[in-house]
Amino acid sequence: MIYDVAIVGAGVTGAMIARELGMYDLSVCVVEAEADVASGASRANSGIVHAGFDALPGTMKARMNKHGNEMMPKVTRELGVPFEECGSLVVAFGPEEEKQLEILMERGAANGVPVERISGDEARRMEPVLSRDITAALWAPTGGIVDPFSLTIGAMENAMSNGVTLYLNSRVTAITWTDGVWELFAGDSRIRAHWLINAAGVYADDISRMAGGESFRIRARRGQYVLFDKSMPVRTKSVIFGVPSDRGKGVLFSPTAHVNMIAGPTAEFVDKDDNDTTREGLQEALAGVKRYAPAVDARYAITVFAGLRAMPETHDFIIERSKSAPGLFNVAGIESPGLTSSPAIAEYVKELLEEAGVRLVPKPGARRIRRPIERFSESKPERQRELIAMDRRYANVVCRCEQITEAEIVESIHLPCGAKTVDGVRLRIRAGAGRCHGGFCMPRVMAILARELGRSLDEITKSGPGSWILEGRTKGGAR
Amino acid sequence: MEKRNLTCVVCPLGCAITAEVEGDNILNISGATCKRGEAYARTELTDPRRMLTTTMRVKGAGLVPVKSSAALPKSLLLPSMEVINAASAEGPVRPGDVLIADILGTGVDIVATDQS
Amino acid sequence: MKADVVVVGAGPAGLAAAIAAKENGAVDVVIIDREARPGGILRQCIHNGFGLHVFGEELTGPEYAARFIDRANALGVRFLTETMVLNISPDRVVTAVGPATGLINIEAGAVVLAMGCRERSAGALMIPGSRPSGVLTAGTAQRFVNIEGYMPGHEVVILGSGDIGLIMARRMTLEGAHVKMVLELMPYSGGLTRNIVQCLDDFGIPLKLSHTVTRLHGRRRLTGVTIASVDKSVVPIKETEEFVPCDTLLLSVGLIPENELSCDAGVEIDPVTNGPVVDSRLQTSVPGIFACGNVVQVHDLVDFVTEEATRAGRAAAQFLREKSTRRGWKATAGRGVRYVVPQTLCGDGEDKTLFFRVNGIYRNCVTVARCGDKVVARRKRPICAPGEMERLTIKGADICGDITVMVEGG
Repeated sequence: MIYDVAIVGAGVTGAMIARELGMYDLSVCVVEAEADVASGASRANSGIVHAGFDALPGTMKARMNKHGNEMMPKVTRELGVPFEECGSLVVAFGPEEEKQLEILMERGAANGVPVERISGDEARRMEPVLSRDITAALWAPTGGIVDPFSLTIGAMENAMSNGVTLYLNSRVTAITWTDGVWELFAGDSRIRAHWLINAAGVYADDISRMAGGESFRIRARRGQYVLFDKSMPVRTKSVIFGVPSDRGKGVLFSPTAHVNMIAGPTAEFVDKDDNDTTREGLQEALAGVKRYAPAVDARYAITVFAGLRAMPETHDFIIERSKSAPGLFNVAGIESPGLTSSPAIAEYVKELLEEAGVRLVPKPGARRIRRPIERFSESKPERQRELIAMDRRYANVVCRCEQITEAEIVESIHLPCGAKTVDGVRLRIRAGAGRCHGGFCMPRVMAILARELGRSLDEITKSGPGSWILEGRTKGGAR
Repeated sequence: MEKRNLTCVVCPLGCAITAEVEGDNILNISGATCKRGEAYARTELTDPRRMLTTTMRVKGAGLVPVKSSAALPKSLLLPSMEVINAASAEGPVRPGDVLIADILGTGVDIVATDQS
Repeated sequence: MKADVVVVGAGPAGLAAAIAAKENGAVDVVIIDREARPGGILRQCIHNGFGLHVFGEELTGPEYAARFIDRANALGVRFLTETMVLNISPDRVVTAVGPATGLINIEAGAVVLAMGCRERSAGALMIPGSRPSGVLTAGTAQRFVNIEGYMPGHEVVILGSGDIGLIMARRMTLEGAHVKMVLELMPYSGGLTRNIVQCLDDFGIPLKLSHTVTRLHGRRRLTGVTIASVDKSVVPIKETEEFVPCDTLLLSVGLIPENELSCDAGVEIDPVTNGPVVDSRLQTSVPGIFACGNVVQVHDLVDFVTEEATRAGRAAAQFLREKSTRRGWKATAGRGVRYVVPQTLCGDGEDKTLFFRVNGIYRNCVTVARCGDKVVARRKRPICAPGEMERLTIKGADICGDITVMVEGG
């Protein structure tokens, strides 16, 4: 078959576009190199919904950020994704940094984003853990936090319920354009489509080049993070930023949508596959947040990770129809605030397609609503009893730290865009994301995956091909 | 005369034992806090032995943990593993069942330590 | 539902506590455990070395557990297996869920916390580098090998010389893996000396003290680790970095008492042990809630867990009859001592055994308990190390004030 639209990349941008296009009478597919959606920057980021005060007025970033921020409450409600408009603070230490606050105030006003200048004491009244050395702050009430994996997975699941097809483990290695039809050589598949949308993250420059589109350059900028346990007493309610520098927004200290606290990101240019953390980077992230909240204690760390942002040379999002390859739309350089912008980008891409002559007829029966997996641990006792009465597997708690039941794990596997790996289960329902980080539940999650997918235990991987967990049987291997 | 320092492995106390040896003769043993420790030191210097604990296949029922009924010569631990790995017990297995008798002619049995 | 005593966890602590409660007059004693079979971690500890103090013989983990399971069954202790405790309230209502029972609330006359401990994970160590598969705790590997019958890899490096790591070095070797080395951050081992002899030395596995892993390599599966020696303040020395190819890294870097349920119940936690503050009857700060085993402090020997749990079970049964909460004297850590358990000594005239760990290696020293200026217990020790728990017993009659435990000499 020939798809109407093929989207390369199943990060939050690609997933949101897929969701948007899934509402119309089009055949759409998403082509992803990795074993799951949200495998790049969408997996490893701060999970912040930026208010939109720091993008340069008039840029694509400023426009998408503001609109995305406005859309986020509705989108997360439709997709059943954890979101909280907790506000954000930019804290300044002394007169030099306070000048930066003034610049942000002006930008906020120009971008139409509500911002308020407050004193250091006012900031400390809001967030008692903040340093005594903070002299002033900018308060942005529309800043927030969202679960980035849930947002990506939710969008893709919603898209797939509306008929979108997802190809996983399908790295695009060549693209041809013949008689008005694109052909993608992607993993074991050859995928044909009339329109091509390039949402390939750090590899978007390669994809554009393969398709004969513009030759821009995307560099990978790595951000390293430390995630803290829920039990860490040093917490804030809102997102804490320092004043921005030429290296980006700097390290932030924030609650996550799952009540952990997060420190990061650092910013360093690296190779496109280098999402290693480094000793120096982790120390920088820790030192950064200790400046804001001196009582932060590294002993509460439960994991560290790094993500790569797709940095465009132009410092602005590239969202346009290609001039040299008219069937191609580039959605490239979606660095921060890409997560916030993603629903707005999807809407804008839809408009670009319409301008290009794609007929958008609403698809009968397509819905924007996605019902999230019902969480046993978050239900009231009466509902818990009902769930158990419906399905005994709700009474089997598999992940003790996050109290995830077998029924929820099974559901996460069988949903559209379901989990196929141990990481996939963790990202969808947090089994193994708690304080023991899977030490207890990993063998049990693997057994459920093996049973539900009809595989043997040693065929279950952490995150797709190559990431094997077990190497055959004991007793010399034979059965 | 030669001094040999040993750590007793008979029990978790792990006494530090010093043995004075001359050729094959053990002249003196000190540091053990019990008789079994002294005996351990003598064996360790002449014929070192270890208990073997592992698992063994049970037909149709996965694995059962097993142990050697007495300490095996240290050099026979890995050869014993080969024998155990090649074997499959008939289920159901009960704790104390002898699953392999007289392994490698040592007079030591391989015994189940749990049910299958 | 009601019960006299609810014990949370059917490992060695929970089993001994339930038996003691029953033997001391509690009628309806219930043990709740999430596994299908009781025994806790002992089920996967198939090696021998358990029971020398309690039974005068060396048993494997399953054998040691079976003795208690059989006794508990004979006494009529009720087992609720495949059941997870979700919450314990300060007034001792235990909420649990399991396929057999559904969601249940049990009003308990007394509660014994015996949840054990969990292993510190890779994330908590903040090891830089990639995040591939092949990095797992020694205990998870032990479950894969001994219970599931699968190998987690074949070229193995072990970080941490805790006992589980040492035991797994031997276990993986016996099953055909190549264990390349065991790395220990400290200048001394965290495990028992005998385990270094019979798990490492016997198989020629080097133990590298004052070493750590500074980087993980491998995009998908672990392909190797960078190791380095550390200086006196345990900071890695860059010049000593070395790449070691391997496909598996096992972590045996410490155990953390599992006290989330205790916290929900409002039990006060000791920041050093990470376990509840207990008195000499193992009662926590919440009346009627007792704690024992690795949930209180990480023990080296299961025999000592059994002893502690037996006292906890007895005290829980006593609590049903006389609900008094005794106040008593404090036991605190002095020079050279990291912590002392119990933290409070009941003024009941009974002899008291204090358990503690030292904070470094001390040779030819004396461990001493003082009550004011008076020495109330002392023990000569040729060597004391943080890896081996120390104990001192004080005569009940000698306790007339707060007690300080310290190391003298060495």
